[in-house]
Amino acid sequence: MLAVFGVALGVALGVAVHLINASAISEFTLAARTLSGDPDLVIRGPLQGFDEAIYPEIAQLAGIEVASPALEFDVRVPGHRPLHLLAADAFHALRIHPALFGNEFADVHALLESDAIVLSHAAAEELGLKSGDHLKTQVGTQSVALRVIAVLPAAASAQRIAMADIATAQWRLQRLGLLDRIDIRLAPGADPADVAAKIAALLPPGVQVSAADAQTREAEGMTRAYRVNLNMLALVALFTGSFLVFATQALTIVQRRGEIAILRVLGLTRAGVMRILLAEALFIGAAGSAFGVAIGFVLARIAVERFGADLGAGYFSGVTTQLHHDPIALAAYFVLGIAVAVAGCALPAWTAAVSDPAPALKAATALETAGSARPWWPGVALLAASVPLALLPAFDDLPLGGYAAVAALLAGALWLAPAVAENVLQRLPSPRDAVALIAVHQLRGANSQLGISISAIVVSFSLMVAMLIMIGSFRGSLEDWLRDILPADAYVRAGGAGQSSFLDAATLRAVGALPAVARIAAVRIQELRLQPGRVPVTLLARDMDPAQPEALPLLLGRSLPLRTDLPLVWISEAAADLYGLSAGSEVNIALSGRDVRHAVAGVWRDYTRQNGTLLIERAHYVALTGDERVNDVWVWLGPGKSVAMLSEELNRALGGAGLVDVRDTASIRNASLLLFDRTFAITYLLEAVAVVIGLFGISVGFSSQVLARRAEFGMLRHVGVTRGQIAALLGIEGLLAGSIGIAYGLVTGAAISVVLIHVINRQSFHWSMDLHVPVLPLVLVSVVLVLAATATAMLSGRRAMTGQPIAGVKDDW
Amino acid sequence: MLTVRNLTKTYAGATERRVLRSLDLDLGAGEYVAIMGESGIGKSTLLNLIAGLDTPESGSITIDGIAVSALDDYERTLFRRRGIGFIFQAFHLLPRLSVTQNVALPLYLLGIARDEASERVHVMLERLRLADRADDLPRSLSSGQMQRAAIARALIHGPRLVLADEPTGNLDPENAALVLDLLRSELAATGAAAILVTHSHTAAATAQRVLLLSASGLQPAGN
Repeated sequence: MLAVFGVALGVALGVAVHLINASAISEFTLAARTLSGDPDLVIRGPLQGFDEAIYPEIAQLAGIEVASPALEFDVRVPGHRPLHLLAADAFHALRIHPALFGNEFADVHALLESDAIVLSHAAAEELGLKSGDHLKTQVGTQSVALRVIAVLPAAASAQRIAMADIATAQWRLQRLGLLDRIDIRLAPGADPADVAAKIAALLPPGVQVSAADAQTREAEGMTRAYRVNLNMLALVALFTGSFLVFATQALTIVQRRGEIAILRVLGLTRAGVMRILLAEALFIGAAGSAFGVAIGFVLARIAVERFGADLGAGYFSGVTTQLHHDPIALAAYFVLGIAVAVAGCALPAWTAAVSDPAPALKAATALETAGSARPWWPGVALLAASVPLALLPAFDDLPLGGYAAVAALLAGALWLAPAVAENVLQRLPSPRDAVALIAVHQLRGANSQLGISISAIVVSFSLMVAMLIMIGSFRGSLEDWLRDILPADAYVRAGGAGQSSFLDAATLRAVGALPAVARIAAVRIQELRLQPGRVPVTLLARDMDPAQPEALPLLLGRSLPLRTDLPLVWISEAAADLYGLSAGSEVNIALSGRDVRHAVAGVWRDYTRQNGTLLIERAHYVALTGDERVNDVWVWLGPGKSVAMLSEELNRALGGAGLVDVRDTASIRNASLLLFDRTFAITYLLEAVAVVIGLFGISVGFSSQVLARRAEFGMLRHVGVTRGQIAALLGIEGLLAGSIGIAYGLVTGAAISVVLIHVINRQSFHWSMDLHVPVLPLVLVSVVLVLAATATAMLSGRRAMTGQPIAGVKDDW
Repeated sequence: MLTVRNLTKTYAGATERRVLRSLDLDLGAGEYVAIMGESGIGKSTLLNLIAGLDTPESGSITIDGIAVSALDDYERTLFRRRGIGFIFQAFHLLPRLSVTQNVALPLYLLGIARDEASERVHVMLERLRLADRADDLPRSLSSGQMQRAAIARALIHGPRLVLADEPTGNLDPENAALVLDLLRSELAATGAAAILVTHSHTAAATAQRVLLLSASGLQPAGN
């Protein structure tokens, strides 16, 4: 039953992760297709848009049947989440977006009215609006009302979106002269590559033409590392499931040693024994897989409903997700569960098959022969192999070398575990107490059951230690980073990147002049593409002194003094990794339709954005773009002033409450750490599962020993060993095995954590972290686990303590 | 030394099975008695009851004035530790302890100092012709050597009573004769009383008295 549980656990996690990932991608693709319609090519630019002047030229190119200009951005709706808006030319959009602009509302001409907007069913429901109502949006710091002329039926789109005519959006939402996108439908027979080349020749820097599905591919690429890491966790769960099968089958074979021996004596071949035991594993695997698939499906449904398809990671925010059904994948996981069960059973089955039946038939089972010593070199070779594997660069943006290094480390550590345990035990002095003497000598025998116990602890505890150190390091580094990155007393946010809300220059000056304010630094947030086909990077334009940029956690050895006439840019680690840049490099940044060459002044740590961040001086940005709008304002308060005073003054100055968010440093810091803790909360659950598996391994190991040593315990009870002393005997064995396993697991886990921190995490998410070893939690967990191992061993031996001692030696009496 | 009165033992189960019925037995200090009888008649049950490893349905067992059947499990365990030695058919030596450590086990349990225990074990192993195997593990011994080590363990702490169940069951005739000879001489040397349960007439013949256990109770063999 426990083996079935083990397989079910692994399969369930695998199925859940797969379904969640598949659902996320499927829904994102669907949502992207809904918004982008059915074009052949798409022209996209930076987040702030590009000049619409290029549109007429594009539209007249040969080979283009329809060129539909569009704006697509988030509109701030006070009191609600931002609303995603698609604004297109109503007549062109009929051809490209038939689902949204086609037959779903009665009169497309109504959309041409200057304040008309159409809501999707989900948006209308959440905002509590119906046809004829007004939607109050925020543009800059002003309120703008738009009239809902229709609500799309639910079937048209499951997403929370709004549609408007492009002219309405440009005028009412202050995007005059700008486009975000041009959707192209090719004329019949036109060559897409040829047309794309002609278009590209007309486009300014920073604006690119690509195939229609490029956005989906970008999303897939952006989330791939996250999804692969989740799949790796599921694989670890499957591995532990396989280990549970191995442990339970090893125990079963000890229990059925006599039965198997009788079958062998009666003529069953070794292959026959293998067949029987593997058939049992097949059944276990099938039962576990069936449960696992069902549990995984339910888990995925709950997770998607509660946390979204990205499990709260933020990759697909705004996308409404429904669980994706994938029978082929479910069947594959079903088969994988069976394969894992059979693999886990293979070694115990082989051991049973090759064992001679005669010794098993003898009553004196305790007089077992010494096991053949395992060669140490494969373990050492695996450990040694982990070093070059960890040093391999990412393969196709995935840390495959890192994964292989962790697998090699774990496999090597497991291979050497019995030898290490035996070595330590041989060095222990011979105890004077009779019970302790028996315990130490028993463990020195280092039989396979001890191997199971130690291996179980090493598997579960090393992974737990690695996760604890990795998470501890991440949290410690995040705390340090937050301290560096939040130097001001308060932070005022008008809106995120690309949103309709912002502070204009006049408002910014007004904020700077408030009585509560001593000093401000404004930040403009934009997104732009450094290379065609790559996910956009974030551009931060901030008020700062380029000679001494504050609140910039520059990485040691990754910045240098520059003697250059070029404007400076400080890039995040992700940008450095993804674009092969470093301090001293030069990079073109497309601003306002022209490439501006910048020198990289330093590399800094950014835990906020995974796709790369560029930081430049805001004065320089304004000079290049003329864009004086800002998203955030850092505020240093005057003496005796408080954040509450600032809020009050801001509301008065802006003419209303709730137009901007005002947060103090502590609340941002606390919210960030809370979000971090919530994100990693699931790992504590996984660690708890790992502990249970470890304790289960100890239990199986000691149960096997108790069964094999029933005669020994029976004899000891005969010669005057009390039940308490038998308990103490097993307790001492559990204590020793637990201590050795945990010490060894600590070392193994620490080694794995180094790979997790410096290789897998770095190559997956492109951010580094400093090593912060959570000493106290590790000590506490170690002590608790040693005590738990002791208790588990004693409980596992309950049969030996409570049964009549006669039973142990009854073959003789 | 040992007095058994009206001892009755019934095994519960689907069909109740009474193996001992109102059994009486007296054993004098240093007396060596063999008990024979057909399989399943209750020979081993009798040994278990005397050793306090099982509890009778009725009747009493007294050893040196101590009512064993009235003791609780813990007290019976300590009583066995001090006063009884066991010899098993399958030897039951601890596989990971050396011969010396196996033989010294009862002394260790009684808290005898390590040096004194070593000295006593050394003397015992000399007498049982095992001194040259003192540091070996049991698996390297022959069956006869293992049983001699088991006899040493049964006698090392000077028990008042030795219980032996088929001690020659796993031995060839030559080794069986040697083991029985050594057992008898050691019993004589230590003054311990002994009950030998066996199917072997040869083994039984080494005892001072042979009893036959049947459904009607214990009777001297030959009656």
